[in-house]
Amino acid sequence: MSETPCTKCERLLQLYLDGELDKTEAGEAEIHLDTCGYCRRQYRFERAFREYLRQALAGESMSPELRVKLVALRTAAHPDDHA
Amino acid sequence: MSGQAPDRAGRGLAEKALGRVRFEEEALTYADQVYQVARHLAGSKEEAEELMQETYARAFRSWRSYTPGTNMRAWLLRILTNINIDRGRQKQRQPSARSLEDGDYSLYDRLEEVAGPGSAEDEERLLHRLSQSDIVDALTALPHDFRDVLVLVDLSEFSYQETAQILSIPIGTVMSRLHRARRLLRQSLASSLGGGT
Repeated sequence: MSETPCTKCERLLQLYLDGELDKTEAGEAEIHLDTCGYCRRQYRFERAFREYLRQALAGESMSPELRVKLVALRTAAHPDDHA
Repeated sequence: MSGQAPDRAGRGLAEKALGRVRFEEEALTYADQVYQVARHLAGSKEEAEELMQETYARAFRSWRSYTPGTNMRAWLLRILTNINIDRGRQKQRQPSARSLEDGDYSLYDRLEEVAGPGSAEDEERLLHRLSQSDIVDALTALPHDFRDVLVLVDLSEFSYQETAQILSIPIGTVMSRLHRARRLLRQSLASSLGGGT
């Protein structure tokens, strides 16, 4: 197992996590993750980081007042139809 | 016989109105998801709310240009990002080339340094050293071009192709901006942990 920085794999790892690799490429990435300790460690961290990021940024909801304004825009866009 | 033409016209109008109402109702079901993106692209809650109102006003006016059965969330976000660009928020500094070269994956290393030598904390426990406000601040500090792509891919989970269509940029640009955005975000968070990196 290599513990040296596997920089050439960085983009591949992100593409893999983004679901942007085709089946063959994804299979190759998985084989690499099985054999490279450094990349496996980065993969685990990146996966956890993405989830943490989503949780941290997904908190704030739209206010009820804004929703009312958006619904009112329907009438504003087509005043004759809603008369 | 004389009443048939008006009947057809009436039916046509009714179908059009029904189509529009369906469109409006469907568009409003995505409001929360669109707001999440608006909130992270805009500088403040007030700006995000203005952006939402402009987006939905434009969407309701131009509902005929939406093709039923296609991705309405992406269609709405395309309007939103166009308006955001029109509002002139693109004129932001670009990060220096040097800052993009440094600090590859340093966030993980930095978190382990902060945890201390010999620490056996797993990834989730290490990440809890980053506060929510650190993350929000780091995202807000990203140049807008980079933030747009990061929010669409990492938060809204759009594919590169969808993101390219929403932002009207080539897929290669999505990939390069995403790569840089992730590096910058991680560098910024590593710096927020204090001490040397």
